[in-house]
Amino acid sequence: MDPVFLSSILTLGGLGLLFGAGLAYAAKKFAVYVDPKVEQIIEALPGANCGACGKPGCSAYAEAVVKGETPPNMCSPGGADVTEKIARILGVKAEATEPKVAVVQCQGGRAEAVEKYAYEGVQDCSAAELIGGGSKACSYGCLGLGSCVKACPFDAMYMSDNGLPVVFEEKCTACNICVTTCPRGIMALIPRSQKVYLACVSQDKAKAVKSVCTVGCFACKICVMPKVTPDGSIEMNENLPVIKNIHSDNLYTAYDKCPSKSYVIRIPRPEPEIVEDTVSAESQS
Amino acid sequence: MAFLSKSFSGGIHPPEHKKLTEFFKIENCPPPEEVVVPVQQHIGAPSRPIVEKGDAVLIGDPISESGGFVSVPSHATVSGTVKTVEPRPHPLGTKVLSVVIENDSENKWRQDVGFDSSYQELDKKEILRRIQAAGIAGMGGATFPTHVKLSPPPDKKIDTLIVNGAECEPYLTSDHRLMLEETEKILRGMQILVRVLGAKTGAIGVEKNKMDAVKALRQKIAELNLPYKVYALHVKYPQGAEKQLINAIVNRRVPAGGLPMDVGCVVQNVGTAAAVYDAVVYNRPLIDRVVTITGNGINKPQNMLIRIGTPFSHVFEQCGGLKENAGKVIMGGPMMGLAQSNLDAPVIKGTSGLLVLNEKQSHRQEEQPCISCAHCVDACPMGLMPKMLGQFVKYERFDSAQAYNILDCIECGSCAFVCPAHINLVHWIKYGKLKVIQKQKKAS
Repeated sequence: MDPVFLSSILTLGGLGLLFGAGLAYAAKKFAVYVDPKVEQIIEALPGANCGACGKPGCSAYAEAVVKGETPPNMCSPGGADVTEKIARILGVKAEATEPKVAVVQCQGGRAEAVEKYAYEGVQDCSAAELIGGGSKACSYGCLGLGSCVKACPFDAMYMSDNGLPVVFEEKCTACNICVTTCPRGIMALIPRSQKVYLACVSQDKAKAVKSVCTVGCFACKICVMPKVTPDGSIEMNENLPVIKNIHSDNLYTAYDKCPSKSYVIRIPRPEPEIVEDTVSAESQS
Repeated sequence: MAFLSKSFSGGIHPPEHKKLTEFFKIENCPPPEEVVVPVQQHIGAPSRPIVEKGDAVLIGDPISESGGFVSVPSHATVSGTVKTVEPRPHPLGTKVLSVVIENDSENKWRQDVGFDSSYQELDKKEILRRIQAAGIAGMGGATFPTHVKLSPPPDKKIDTLIVNGAECEPYLTSDHRLMLEETEKILRGMQILVRVLGAKTGAIGVEKNKMDAVKALRQKIAELNLPYKVYALHVKYPQGAEKQLINAIVNRRVPAGGLPMDVGCVVQNVGTAAAVYDAVVYNRPLIDRVVTITGNGINKPQNMLIRIGTPFSHVFEQCGGLKENAGKVIMGGPMMGLAQSNLDAPVIKGTSGLLVLNEKQSHRQEEQPCISCAHCVDACPMGLMPKMLGQFVKYERFDSAQAYNILDCIECGSCAFVCPAHINLVHWIKYGKLKVIQKQKKAS
């Protein structure tokens, strides 16, 4: 064999062995102890680093859970699944939280709500609010510049043609980021099992609401009447009704009776009576 | 010849447009049938209304009380009955709790308003009390309660009172007319202010495009034998900004994040000085102010003395109405004024002007990419880098924006004015400031 080959193989091989030994030694000598539970939990978490748990990222949350600083059910993107996994790793029992979903509590888009001026500035809701309180005449309504959509880390929102954000419920993980981003407090998290919600946050009086929006709640109090909700599942709080019993079927009646159509149905009603009516009406004619 | 006259570094020179109104005497605007006086016309805590529907009020009656130290009361500006107390449109764009008074056209003043010959003997505390009770808040437009500015902490020694007659905003001439027509009142008010502050001296800064006012002031000072000096300043925007004015007149620099009192100065607008005179000597609350109604979109531009609470629509009626091509109404000057969305909003203590632009002047041009020409850096009177600030904010690097002193921006608009790419620099920076302050609050 050519001595050139031999010498280069020996030199490089020798160097390799030498460095390998050095690295092996350093790995033992300077090893940092990581609780294997932390690694297991990081493995179990979705890895979105969304911050919904209140920690700066998934690994920080994993450490905090192992130290016992935070309960294991704080990861809302992971849901009950992840909570159970974490609980098993830690050997504790965890109460699963009720899964939630983000909703848009405003229906006053371009077609429904009055604009008080033409806005040509920075395309961000907080920035728009600096200019005379935003371009919407309603001081509670959605400004329609999509800051929540831009902030959503799960691509679970988009802006409709009517200038309102829409939530893809399947993708929404209830991470709360849209809720904290919205300068008007229009985004909210509600239980996934809630059938009907009120899509208006305006505390204005009837005249003021009517002059700026066709779908705003003007506190007519029809939905709290015993005729509509005999079980008291809706109560008035100043100028807005508040849903007390989210599972009541009377909420569908409230939706039907609401003159401004301020309620939104999330889960279709169980017995489609209205559909039958229209069918029978059609067959008669 | 900028180096010969006093000024500061940076700044711009937008077209002045002062010829429209500068030679018109201040006219009295007839009070409307109904005035809408908001309880919040100043920076600080809103005042609390103390009248109810049906109450009879005379001109000068307080209708709200201060909501704290940094707060001033509002007063009835016509005599009549309180119609209602409810949120009404406000020049800020939102609805603000306001007292609506129906005018009985009798123009009756409250009893205790009148010349008080003993005013020379009043002590400092009483003067400050009168100033607050009269509801005086900085009349240059920022509406910071005057008595607060006049009560610096004891460790800050004030040696110079600077009265601001620069009126650097284009179009506006209300301070100019006031200096010509109420020269003595301003100087007497200044005397009171100097006494309250215990300052050594007083100075008045006026831009060189108002030499007639400079002459009138100098003449009056000689006549009254006062020790004050009038400085004719270089015509440059924002010459009337507090920190720039101090820099130009006494050649001191207010430290970053500091206040004028840190360099021994207090700055008051000429309008404020005149109002202080009225308040202390006549016990007369602030119920009206001089407003310049101007621009290419109004039929009869003029300077008017208007009761606070007069709706803009009533003011425009007195000025021959808006022209057909009127496009935008701005309260204040074109550089820092607030665009208005509702003409039912009333004149408030900070309304220095009502500017009506025509359709052509009203629209923004589309934002284009920054070409890093650094015109904005040259123009910034605070020595900041607006281009960097704007981009940091755009890409949500608020920490970097803070490190580049975004909070020192005075929002004068010089950078956006010179930007060849039409970038909304001030808007980006305002938004950035909001985010930085929110972050600071969260951290603390």
